[in-house]
Amino acid sequence: MNELLNDILFLPERASTFADRVDTLHYFVVGVTMVASLAVGTAALFFFFRYRRRKPAQTTEYVVPSVKTEFLFVSLPLIFFLTWFAIGYRDFVFYTTPPKDAMDVYVMGKQWMWKFSYPEGPNGVNVLHVPANRPVRLLLTSRDVIHSFFVPSFRIKMDALPGRYTQTWFEATKPGTYQILCTEYCGLSHSKMLGEVVVLSAEDWDNWVKEQRQGKLPNRQDALADLSLVPHSARMAEQGQALAANQGCFKCHTVNGEPHIGPTFLGMYGRLETMQTGQKILVDEAFITQSMMDPGAYILAGFPNVMPTYQGKLTGPQSAAIVEYIKSLRTPDIRTGASRGPVYEPLSQ
Amino acid sequence: MSPSPSSIAAEPGAVPAPDSHHEHHPSYLIDGTTVKSWLLSLDHKRIGLMYLFWVLLFFLVGGIYALVVRLELLTPGPTIIDAMTYNRAFTMHGVVMIFLFMIPAIPGVFGNFMLPLMLGAKDVAFPRLNLASLYILLTGAIIAIWGMINGGMDTGWTFYTPYSTQTTTTVAPILFGAFIIGFSSIATGINFIVTTHTMRAPGITWFKMPLFVWAMYATSCIQVLATPVLGLVLLLVVGENLFNFGIFDPSRGGDPVLFQHLFWFYSHPAVYIMVLPAFGVMSEVVSAFSRKNIFGYRAIAFSSLGIAFVGFFAWGHHMFVSGQSTFDAGVFAVLTMLVGVFTAIKVFNWVGTVYKGAVDFKTPFAYFCGFLYFTVFGGMTGVAFGTASLDVPWHDTYFVVAHFHFIMVGATIMAFMAALHYWFPKMFGKMYHEGWGLVSAALIILGFNATFIPQFLLGNMGMPRRYYEYPERFQNLNVASTAGASLLAFGFVIAAVYLTYALIYGRRASANPWRSRGYEWLTESPPPTHNFVGPQPTYDEEPHFYVEPKKAEVPDAV
Repeated sequence: MNELLNDILFLPERASTFADRVDTLHYFVVGVTMVASLAVGTAALFFFFRYRRRKPAQTTEYVVPSVKTEFLFVSLPLIFFLTWFAIGYRDFVFYTTPPKDAMDVYVMGKQWMWKFSYPEGPNGVNVLHVPANRPVRLLLTSRDVIHSFFVPSFRIKMDALPGRYTQTWFEATKPGTYQILCTEYCGLSHSKMLGEVVVLSAEDWDNWVKEQRQGKLPNRQDALADLSLVPHSARMAEQGQALAANQGCFKCHTVNGEPHIGPTFLGMYGRLETMQTGQKILVDEAFITQSMMDPGAYILAGFPNVMPTYQGKLTGPQSAAIVEYIKSLRTPDIRTGASRGPVYEPLSQ
Repeated sequence: MSPSPSSIAAEPGAVPAPDSHHEHHPSYLIDGTTVKSWLLSLDHKRIGLMYLFWVLLFFLVGGIYALVVRLELLTPGPTIIDAMTYNRAFTMHGVVMIFLFMIPAIPGVFGNFMLPLMLGAKDVAFPRLNLASLYILLTGAIIAIWGMINGGMDTGWTFYTPYSTQTTTTVAPILFGAFIIGFSSIATGINFIVTTHTMRAPGITWFKMPLFVWAMYATSCIQVLATPVLGLVLLLVVGENLFNFGIFDPSRGGDPVLFQHLFWFYSHPAVYIMVLPAFGVMSEVVSAFSRKNIFGYRAIAFSSLGIAFVGFFAWGHHMFVSGQSTFDAGVFAVLTMLVGVFTAIKVFNWVGTVYKGAVDFKTPFAYFCGFLYFTVFGGMTGVAFGTASLDVPWHDTYFVVAHFHFIMVGATIMAFMAALHYWFPKMFGKMYHEGWGLVSAALIILGFNATFIPQFLLGNMGMPRRYYEYPERFQNLNVASTAGASLLAFGFVIAAVYLTYALIYGRRASANPWRSRGYEWLTESPPPTHNFVGPQPTYDEEPHFYVEPKKAEVPDAV
């Protein structure tokens, strides 16, 4: 019966405890709506036919409803609406109250990907692994604009807001792979901000956690299980990140603001850098590209001239992707170096 | 273009015979033929007609955007335009349809034209303010359209921060345009409220006012009270976008959810600004075409006021998954149910009106049937959303899109078309072709269903709104929806053709071709400049009182 209703209503598979509750109310509301509107519609059609006009200037009886009729008109919908509210609100309270023993996962939305972090585990992009039959609490935030985390099969959704955490939770009931969609419009690639939840059985979950600790690359948390869900073309900055890793850039350049053998990539783009010669140069696309192709041409003050040339090792699109990647690491809000201390003067010595 | 005045006066109808020296009083359409006499006219009827011209033009623009959006969604990948163009297209579809069509359409055109006629007044209370409100609307529209041409905007019509304060597209002029349009809405609202209070002819007491007037009165109250909040919030977004105010941007200590509260404080009542006038039109149409007094007059009048009042306290139901507290969600959910009850009262009373009536199934009545259908299903899905738990999976999916297109757009378009056909002879003194009227009504209603029923199902499947590309499993229903949109567009093209034809070559209408006993028919069609010639009609009976036969209603007046 439920399967049939699911098909008629085009509902996706139910795979969480909340989904069962939502769908039960859904069937109730749809059922009553159909019966009620059929009744109103039949009455209307009957009236249209029974009371069709017989003479152009026909007169009609003056009819006003009795108090009883008006009372019925008010109370009948009110009773149903309040019943639905009572059921719906009970479920809503269930949905907004995560169980105390829930496993926590931090979720960060950014244009246009989902990042998942386990408190004592690995990080991953776009793929969330969770165990079946165990409540999972998601703590959501956003790095830029508002996103919304939606898993149709779990019937859950919650906005990820910049500058604050919201929470939601679910208990997946069946192992499998379920799509994550972003439902708050967030810009150019809003429709490509897809991800997936991989629900594992208790045994698979334990194995997966072990593998994560060993860190074998193909089994990493961010390896997509279902490749058809991958957005078809990655952004240039993402390609650049992969290229930079492959080319070994990170052996000398960090992305966290700390200088290493070479200058950090974080916040490099757009900065006015001082060269060994004392000359000041604005780091733009041209300068970054030149530094990859002819590293000895300009040396930043305080760094050795050790970088090999990548002339011929990178194609044009590849170097552009790396430039885009470095550009994407603009975070003017992150302070590097020591704090300068308070700016106020203490009142008493 | 319009009949000679003397022949109108000679036409039999429910019109008191004018004095002989008034017989050559020209209709408002030909009383002054210069361009200036139209553009600077203070006559509420001419202003209503100018509104009609502009809102139809804006409807065309918004409709073209809609078709571009539907065509793009024909395939899962890119179809005809790139993502940026698509994002601008759906934003402009929403902005144009809501601020330039849905909000001004029925009040601007039919409110202006009919309100004074229904109250037995010569004009609205402030004719100059009335003209000004039209030009304020056009000023706002020009600024907004300038912004659309020079860059466009990609935020969606809801302008959610912080996206709208960060996007590189042209947000400021379009929001500023909408800000200015708000003043037009406020001016119209004040004008109608004062007119209703002060300009009623002797005999028209509050509970003898036509229900369209009650609906316009409730609408005007919302316009006056809610629009300033929208103006404020739009201006703040413009300021944040241009000058980095830091009101909504969390990185400067602002609050992005504050925007949603302020925005929906206006935009939820704004739904009733769009739909209450539609309810008003339909109360008139159902009475006129079933020749019956309305069933439960006070119930319908008070439920309009009830919707207007409760509508102010339901805005939080747009934010069930925005991190609002669970308690708040419960309060907003219960209040939402009350709106549903008020609407249900109206639906039952409209159906009750047909009971023991005499139905003449003309084009406006066909639209009444469509309206009843869209109101029931649009309203019931709204109640379903109001349960809070069902909102969670449906929020921001195509289910929402289909729901508000049913209740807000479906009901309003049905009423707009019904009003256009019902009052066409009153406004232009011409008749349209009834057969084509019914054909196009059928196509529009079918097309509307074929467009939006698949979208309800897409929403159930979980397709989010504002998606440029989508996973392949959503394609079949999207194709169905696009096909439905083509049918809908075709229905409108037919209506545009036969109505334009009727305007030029149409048969001359009698003063009251429907034999309607609404107050607005107690004068000639089209009415003279000052609405009434000779002695003022008397308003002894309530509107749509069909108990006694009337001599004036000869068997065939057309």
